[in-house]
Amino acid sequence: MYEWDFSILWAYRWLFLDGVIMTVSLTVAVVLGGLAVGLVAAMGMLSGSRVLKAGSLAFTELFRCTPILVQLIWCYYALPILTGIELSPITASILALSCYGGSFYSEIIRGGIVSIEDGQREAGLALGMTPALAMRRIVLPQALRRMVPALMNQSILQFKNTSLVSVLAVPDLVYQGQIAAHDSFRPLETYTAVAVAYLAILLPLTLFVRHQDAKFGGAR
Amino acid sequence: MNRAMIEIQGLRKSFGTLEVLRNINFSVAQGGVVALIGPSGSGKSTLLRCMNLLVTPDSGRISVGDMEFDFGSRSPRPRTRALAAFRARTGMVFQSFNLFGHLTVLGNVMEAPLRVRRMPAGAARDLAMAQLSKVGLADRADQMPHTLSGGQKQRVAIARALAMEPQVMLFDEATSALDPELVGEVLATMRALATAGMTMVIVTHEIAFAREVADRIVFMRDGLVVEDGPARDVIDNPQQEATRSFLSHFHATPA
Repeated sequence: MYEWDFSILWAYRWLFLDGVIMTVSLTVAVVLGGLAVGLVAAMGMLSGSRVLKAGSLAFTELFRCTPILVQLIWCYYALPILTGIELSPITASILALSCYGGSFYSEIIRGGIVSIEDGQREAGLALGMTPALAMRRIVLPQALRRMVPALMNQSILQFKNTSLVSVLAVPDLVYQGQIAAHDSFRPLETYTAVAVAYLAILLPLTLFVRHQDAKFGGAR
Repeated sequence: MNRAMIEIQGLRKSFGTLEVLRNINFSVAQGGVVALIGPSGSGKSTLLRCMNLLVTPDSGRISVGDMEFDFGSRSPRPRTRALAAFRARTGMVFQSFNLFGHLTVLGNVMEAPLRVRRMPAGAARDLAMAQLSKVGLADRADQMPHTLSGGQKQRVAIARALAMEPQVMLFDEATSALDPELVGEVLATMRALATAGMTMVIVTHEIAFAREVADRIVFMRDGLVVEDGPARDVIDNPQQEATRSFLSHFHATPA
């Protein structure tokens, strides 16, 4: 029977804290980046222009149908060779994860927008709003409420997908865990602690959203 | 009083191969109230939606007040800003109310004065409250739309359109989605507007109301104006067989 000894982890506490800070900062960046990319792609898909529509669709499917691990490696190693632009591991990670997340966000945002009855947009236009203003002030706020559970779900995936950036040697929680495991020869305790750290960050968030949704989800 | 507020010439519109409006000519004097009646699919709603350009006509000319638009292969499509400015001066009331679900009653009425007319918040609020008082709903200002009855929703929608101080008001079957006992309050609001001198075009199935409030009735069928005349004459003594046949469906029920 294996003898657990979590006390050895105390020596690595600052390493883990650095990892948590990196993981959380990366998540904030790729959730915001992903939402921005997703919003632009969704607007492209909903626009009247065929070129914009095709471009958005191609982008979405390209990033949705290829593995994020491949995208990360490709962004870091292949992109600089093809374009001559050197990317730091963190920049490459944020770029790849934002595009990957954005391809999923875009479908959620597009679906939310088309679920709002056309009469809402028309009422805005009839009052003299431009299409852009009616989208921003009338359609999007209502669509956003409907999208919250799905956006939250995708953001949880974004959070967990940041664990893959360790392949580019970005010092996130998983990468620091690897260092601690190699150093202490205690991989079981180390990776258990890493898993618990992810759970401890996410669980309060998901419970909060579940609670909010139960409270406000029905009212429109 | 006889200056034309709305003038429409040679208006045509097709959806695919279906010709919905064929050569419509029509005008409304300032302060005039015109009721558009006719069977379903006659094009009356499309004509109304052309009047504030929610539907873009294929050809013809539309003018409201001092703004004018030409449509056709040689005319460029109106620009977004020009369209918005035009619509800001033509109030529209929809069959399904289309109140903004995420805003309070007051928020619904304030939104366009605030964002389109760019009024200061205080002035927009005063204007919105004044319009809500006019339709008798000032005490509901802080409620959400989904807590209102259908009749109240439609009165808020009217207040919302009036807050833009439009030159004309267009009503697209404003009472068709209402329970019978709620129709009266909306018609009363519309009657008060007409009495106050608002130029109005009303698409309606309320023939008795049209006869009483409108000074002219336009009967449409198959995308054409079949009969156009003083309200009482058209209802009580229709000249065209199509009008007679349409109106006979309504005489069965006491007005």
